[in-house]
Amino acid sequence: MNSQHPDGSVFSNIVRAPEDPILGVTVAYNKDTSPIKLNLGVGAYRTEEGKPLVLNVVRRAEQLLVNDPSRVKEYLPIVGLAEFNKLSAKLIFGADSPAIQENRVATVQGLSGTGSLRIGAEFLARHYYQHTIYIPVPTWGNHPKIFTIAGLSVKTYCYYDPETRGLDFKGLLEDLGAAPTGAIVLLHACAHNPTGVDPTLEQWEQIRQLMRSKGLLPFFDSAYQGFASGSLDADAQSVRMFVADGGECLAAQSYAKNMGLYGERVGALSIVCKAADVASRVESQLKLVIRPMYSNPPIHGASIVATILKDSDMYNEWTVELKAMADRIISMRQLLFDTLRDRGTPGDWSHIIKQIGMFTFTGLNTEQVAFMTKEYHIYMTSDGRISMAGLSSRTVPHLADAIHAAVTRIP
Amino acid sequence: MASTMLSLVSAALPLQENHKGKMNLGSSDRSSFLRKEKRNPFMKTKSFGRINMAIAVNTSRFEGVTMAPPDPILGVSEAFRADNSEMKLNLGVGAYRTEELQPYVLNVVKKAENLMLERGENKEYLPIEGLAAFNKVTAELLFGAGNPVIEQQRVATVQGLSGTGSLRLAAALIERYFPGAKVLISSPTWGNHKNIFNDARVPWSEYRYYDPKTVGLDFDGMISDIKAAPEGSFVLLHGCAHNPTGIDPTPEQWEKIADVIQEKNHIPFFDVAYQGFASGSLDADASSVRLFAARGMELLVAQSYSKNLGLYAERIGAINVVCSSADAAARVKSQLKRIARPMYSNPPIHGARIVANVVGDPALFNEWKEEMELMAGRIKNVRQKLFDSLSAKDKCGKDWSFILKQIGMFSFTGLSKVQSENMTNKWHVYMTKDGRISLAGLSLAKCEYLADAIIDSFHCVS
Repeated sequence: MNSQHPDGSVFSNIVRAPEDPILGVTVAYNKDTSPIKLNLGVGAYRTEEGKPLVLNVVRRAEQLLVNDPSRVKEYLPIVGLAEFNKLSAKLIFGADSPAIQENRVATVQGLSGTGSLRIGAEFLARHYYQHTIYIPVPTWGNHPKIFTIAGLSVKTYCYYDPETRGLDFKGLLEDLGAAPTGAIVLLHACAHNPTGVDPTLEQWEQIRQLMRSKGLLPFFDSAYQGFASGSLDADAQSVRMFVADGGECLAAQSYAKNMGLYGERVGALSIVCKAADVASRVESQLKLVIRPMYSNPPIHGASIVATILKDSDMYNEWTVELKAMADRIISMRQLLFDTLRDRGTPGDWSHIIKQIGMFTFTGLNTEQVAFMTKEYHIYMTSDGRISMAGLSSRTVPHLADAIHAAVTRIP
Repeated sequence: MASTMLSLVSAALPLQENHKGKMNLGSSDRSSFLRKEKRNPFMKTKSFGRINMAIAVNTSRFEGVTMAPPDPILGVSEAFRADNSEMKLNLGVGAYRTEELQPYVLNVVKKAENLMLERGENKEYLPIEGLAAFNKVTAELLFGAGNPVIEQQRVATVQGLSGTGSLRLAAALIERYFPGAKVLISSPTWGNHKNIFNDARVPWSEYRYYDPKTVGLDFDGMISDIKAAPEGSFVLLHGCAHNPTGIDPTPEQWEKIADVIQEKNHIPFFDVAYQGFASGSLDADASSVRLFAARGMELLVAQSYSKNLGLYAERIGAINVVCSSADAAARVKSQLKRIARPMYSNPPIHGARIVANVVGDPALFNEWKEEMELMAGRIKNVRQKLFDSLSAKDKCGKDWSFILKQIGMFSFTGLSKVQSENMTNKWHVYMTKDGRISLAGLSLAKCEYLADAIIDSFHCVS
């Protein structure tokens, strides 16, 4: 007991933090005892049977690793598994990328997307002259927290248009056009979270030109490469466009979804620089961010990824399983749209099939969401985002009922 | 002027070549160009009449980034790898080696991994606080299963990324909720402690610890410095096997340290990276922590399974905060989660499952204890052999008994920076510049060679 404090605790001034809004949805879902409950909260892929999925190719890779008698558990270097870093850079930038061939890319292994974003943000806060980062409205709930705690100042740019449930492209160009020279801009490489609304390639090109003309620094968050369209290359086009013009950018990658390695925390941060010696110095400074945070990254997930990416059979097997996941989600989108249409649910629901990736921004408001949770045991984030990955042909009708009831009974 | 225009045109060309379709170029604005150029050192905009092409000139926006020095500890292994000498010896980083100087994966770890593979468990996100089964067993391992702090639910346990990650979570908690509070760290201490507190923006100061004259503990200095610190400071203590010195307080000294900490309303903050590895006994190595907990004190404890379970690269550890009430523990835990979320969202699953499986299964747990005794035993044998070799070879009659008195993976030799460099440059013995050697990297076969190197560096280099 501590004699100085009211209840004898030095922690008496520490209040209880609220549950994380996204992860808290699963907490609430787990507490619900209803047999018809549906978890459309966190973005983790589910099979048609509603089960988590470990890819076959991942199990194969793990088998190889665990059964290899020469494997050890020695500390990785601070920057992580070298092989993994090289393969990750090739995956996102393309194996023939000049930036890679010219050794202009500094890549470090990070703790999935979150950890990679955090390292990049800390690096920029220490070494980049502009400390403002522009994030789209809306964006993943954890983005502003990561950047703020890293020491960046967060501003926003228009992104989602509630009227069209699509991209407010004019607003986006205006806001980025008004940003100070050199400001950092967070871009979702594909499958924007939470809206599922992505720019077209033509729009990406305009964004690129605008950003380059203002010297804005792109910081890509790539959490769904291959998962959005089913094609790894197509989903990396936005990033590659920026690298192709010879300019600099940051890219955070995650293997949580596309390799189903959620809990292993595997990702990478790449910084594409103008010159090889800059990349080398940048890498050395990234190490100074990592060492006092966790010393060096975990080996297991990175080894799985490296094993798969470097073996052409396993790589191909992966692309097939990845496409199957993406296709199932696309079919769920179609099924939900068709079901709502057949029910005659008021409103235009075409955004469900226009949006891409794991999430759909339904356009439902917080009251409607609360209603769906209470009356229909449907769990989702209060911004109206649903994870399509959590749906199956069996559960779509229940969701359609809930949406129908919500929009007809709650304004 | 013409030459600058030429260079700009050539800089512009690659943009056009890489690009299909027309460039949509904005209108010119001479005055804004001039303004921009002054503001931004990395970007130049030039105007050519109606064309305002913003080209990132060949200068990188990261041109000013300097090359960081290599990590003083982890950098040693890098240097070792680059050395081609047959005689080279890596006594840098504290990673256990067998007598054959090979890395060691514990049998229980292999068994646990095979079990996990057979079960075919999923790879879903862990909760932010980590694997519940792991958190339960790690607290029990540290405090003892029936300990009142656990029964009364007064411990907030959150899985962290080994020792470093767990220390960092605690440091961030201190920064946020104890603004201005200092952390007192021993002189010397593990090199990364300062980095962690610096990056977390927690002020620190040192308390005397190592006495070079006795090659032992400067106990009076330690007590005096802890007493002199402002009330409510955090005191960072090594639970056992002090890194880098290997010098631990005796049980009587621990009692006195606890006395002065209570007297000053300080908060004890233990770094436990070697439980079971120091003496070979998990309980004995936790006695310092349990002593403090038994007094009803609130305290923090960072744990690591890197060494005692050989899980270095899996990054598995925990931060434990013992509070005076279950309510306080719940609140503290919720705030630790809030710190972890924007750092990495949730911790890695693999190492946590291994620990939970090993510690949670009686047969595997016993097997682990045996393997740990073997590892600790090998280090004790190596200490003895090194001591014997030094005593036999040293003609100057220096007292080398500190090697036997120190405990754990490391020995603080007392070699200076220059002498440590001689060890590396002349003898290809890799160690940290503070004179620390990792006995875990020493084989019985190499003791004589090392003894020669140490004697030479001590007596012939100043």
